[in-house]
Amino acid sequence: MQTSLLDRLFDAGLLIDTGVDGLYGRSGAFEDVIQRFEGLISAFGSSSPSEVIRFPPGMNRSHFEGSGYMKSFPQLAGTVHSFCGCELDHVNLLQCMAEGNDWTKDQKATDIVLTPAACYPLYPTIAKRGPLPAGGGLFDLQSYCFRHEPSKDPARMQLFRMREYVRMGTPEEVMAFRQQWMERGQELIAAVELPVEIDVANDPFFGRAGKMLANNQRDQALKFELLIPVTSTAKKTACLSFNYHQDHFGKTWGLTTADGAVAHTACVGFGLERIALALFAHHGLDTADWPSTVRKALWG
Amino acid sequence: MTTKIRELLAKHGALPVSVETLADTTDLYEAGLSSFASVQLMLALEDAFDVEFPETLLNRKSFASIAAIRDALASLTEEAVA
Ligand SMILES: [Zn+2]
Repeated sequence: MQTSLLDRLFDAGLLIDTGVDGLYGRSGAFEDVIQRFEGLISAFGSSSPSEVIRFPPGMNRSHFEGSGYMKSFPQLAGTVHSFCGCELDHVNLLQCMAEGNDWTKDQKATDIVLTPAACYPLYPTIAKRGPLPAGGGLFDLQSYCFRHEPSKDPARMQLFRMREYVRMGTPEEVMAFRQQWMERGQELIAAVELPVEIDVANDPFFGRAGKMLANNQRDQALKFELLIPVTSTAKKTACLSFNYHQDHFGKTWGLTTADGAVAHTACVGFGLERIALALFAHHGLDTADWPSTVRKALWG
Repeated sequence: MTTKIRELLAKHGALPVSVETLADTTDLYEAGLSSFASVQLMLALEDAFDVEFPETLLNRKSFASIAAIRDALASLTEEAVA
């Protein structure tokens, strides 16, 4: 039997098993690849000046609630809960734990929700500043993101990093941005000698209503993905996504352009771990053995 | 059937315009029907007409106009289109 990519990554020490599927430690070599690839993204993105913002991997719960995420992806969300009781509650908690019972049911929700996508904290933040300047806005984000979907597929982690560029402005401005990044994204992946394929896609909306949302998203070509075979050639892995949100976030957060119209938004997202996995899967688990052209693109 | 569709559209469509101003063939998305509202409408229609839309009908086209909704429902019910 062939050893799975995940086991090979564990054996090579690139990923470190924590006992939870989709939750892994990363080695220095793995992180180096991510850092170098991010450098390459920055180089491709540097022709358009952007505002760099780094949010932690948790977001304001009220912003999360306002985003409508629970309408679409309740199955993926992760909330942060804490013990908020008195001393007596603490005694009961410890007893409950000692007896091996479910001690988590009395934990109370905090004001923090795990960030589901790097751009979610951005929209309310920018809306709070008032109307966008003329020409709109361009933002550079990176965050760990959480999605509750435990899996043995190393390309489906529960905690992973997403680098994003987000464009806000008129429909023409954001569509031009998305088109530009669909071209740049292919050049970027070609530069590290990975196979490239772009296809229309949909988000994993929940339930039957979600089926309709997914069909709507496809019909309108709102989402494209750049796919690379990682664990299987039959089922390729989405490593970049190009998303046009129309006026969804603009309306939700009261985000407007300089002349007062509801802003449209779009984002390009890079699944950093997925790209690193694609590089390891295609070029080998030891970066020293990678083709010199790929090494040059990443390490200069 | 059309009266009921219009009634549900008014209730669940979250449209910025009054449903009375819409012709049966008016494009509902042009009139401001959002993706989420179309899902709410779909669920309300299923409830009211006691039908279940198959996956093949769960798309934008089926809910693009009052006439399109009527056709989609008619395909699911024996009842003649009134
Ligand atoms: Zn995004």
